[in-house]
Amino acid sequence: MTETGNSIGWSREEMAGRLAEDIPDGSYVNLGIGLPELVARFVPEGRELVYHTENGLLGMGPSPKEGEGDPELINAGKRQVTAKPGASYFHQSDSFAMIRGGHLDLCVLGALQVSRAGDLANWSLGGPDDIPAVGGAMDLVAGVKSIFVITQHCTKDGAPKLVESCTYPLTGLRVVDRVYTDLAVIAVRPEGFQLIELAPGADFDLVQERTGARLLPVAETTSHV
Amino acid sequence: MIDKRAANVAEAVSEVFDGATIMIGGFGEAGSPIELIHALIDQGASDLTVISNNCGSGEVGLAALLKAGRVSKMICSFPRTANSTVFPDLYRSGRTQLELVPQGTLAERIRAGGAGIPAFYTPTAVGTPLADGKETRRFHDRDCLLESGLTADFTLIKARRADTHGNLVYNKTARNFSPVMAMAGRNTIVQTAELVAPGEIDPELVITPEIFVDRVVHVPNPAHESALVAAGATYP
Repeated sequence: MTETGNSIGWSREEMAGRLAEDIPDGSYVNLGIGLPELVARFVPEGRELVYHTENGLLGMGPSPKEGEGDPELINAGKRQVTAKPGASYFHQSDSFAMIRGGHLDLCVLGALQVSRAGDLANWSLGGPDDIPAVGGAMDLVAGVKSIFVITQHCTKDGAPKLVESCTYPLTGLRVVDRVYTDLAVIAVRPEGFQLIELAPGADFDLVQERTGARLLPVAETTSHV
Repeated sequence: MIDKRAANVAEAVSEVFDGATIMIGGFGEAGSPIELIHALIDQGASDLTVISNNCGSGEVGLAALLKAGRVSKMICSFPRTANSTVFPDLYRSGRTQLELVPQGTLAERIRAGGAGIPAFYTPTAVGTPLADGKETRRFHDRDCLLESGLTADFTLIKARRADTHGNLVYNKTARNFSPVMAMAGRNTIVQTAELVAPGEIDPELVITPEIFVDRVVHVPNPAHESALVAAGATYP
């Protein structure tokens, strides 16, 4: 348990670690920019994951050592990375065939909002002066087999990010499978948000209070918690 | 005799005309043909429609072409850059139009254009603002959008190695959009760090076959955009 703004719940690293526990060995995974990138640091020992970056690399490794990078070997966040043994380079159309053709097992993304139906808003605040920029997010949510969202449970102002319906421009409809927050792990089911696991110090009532839609209790058949 | 060499970058881009549609390779700085873009700024063509994933950084390369006021419309997926205000200023003042396209849809529209496919359906962007005004049709219980193929009058790309026929090999993630843009350009112009004779590239390793390439120009030590931006460079 870590001190956060709420004095309860998981830190960013613990959220990433909790998500990493749920990625099966041998998965082909695309990690979004920011908090999702942290997940790569916490993959449990003994599991091998292969990372895809949509600008054209399968088998992405960590950042290069100082002075050893190549400005033409970068990830989707335009930061220098490395290629692991067994990696491959390919053009955009092949890269998005991997995404849109359903060949990737999992994509981890950040969110502005997730709705009870699994709609995701994560690319634009929709302001009149905002420069709209979407990148590959809409392709990823449309094509990858599972979509996990990792995000703080609430905005900095305390507004819920898990909501009845999204008010920001959508990235995709009914695409999110699970949400990992500082307070809980939540599955998106046909009947709505279902609690899977509570973070240390959090209880059902607190998570419900900070969620903008009805939360279903942990299913009795689930072995978690 | 087939010899697609241009003597220099100025000659390579000399035929670009006002109002042309131009595809420019690159994802961020990786694969951006900076020397060809700078030659295009010198050449002077304006009212261009540019198809490229981003809008450049700093005030060099694509950002410099935009800043010079030559681009009336951008078709791209991610025009935001941490260190450039060139495109945001043009967009907010209405001087450059933007057609925002999801990155995979952009790649596929270019591929389709190059492959002679006028349009295709995709589930990407259904239910989002980018679906507005697009025809929707249901396939296998899934709504899909009709997207059109893209072609261009000119394509500008960067290769690591080319032969004089125009067979190309790229460097790492600098490959990105270049192979599909080479297919979709009516005049595909390539700057290459290495220029070799036909036969020196193993046919098994050719990434872009020569038929998609019209002009090749040797640029032995291409600049890196990040290094130019860090040095505070501007163009012209």
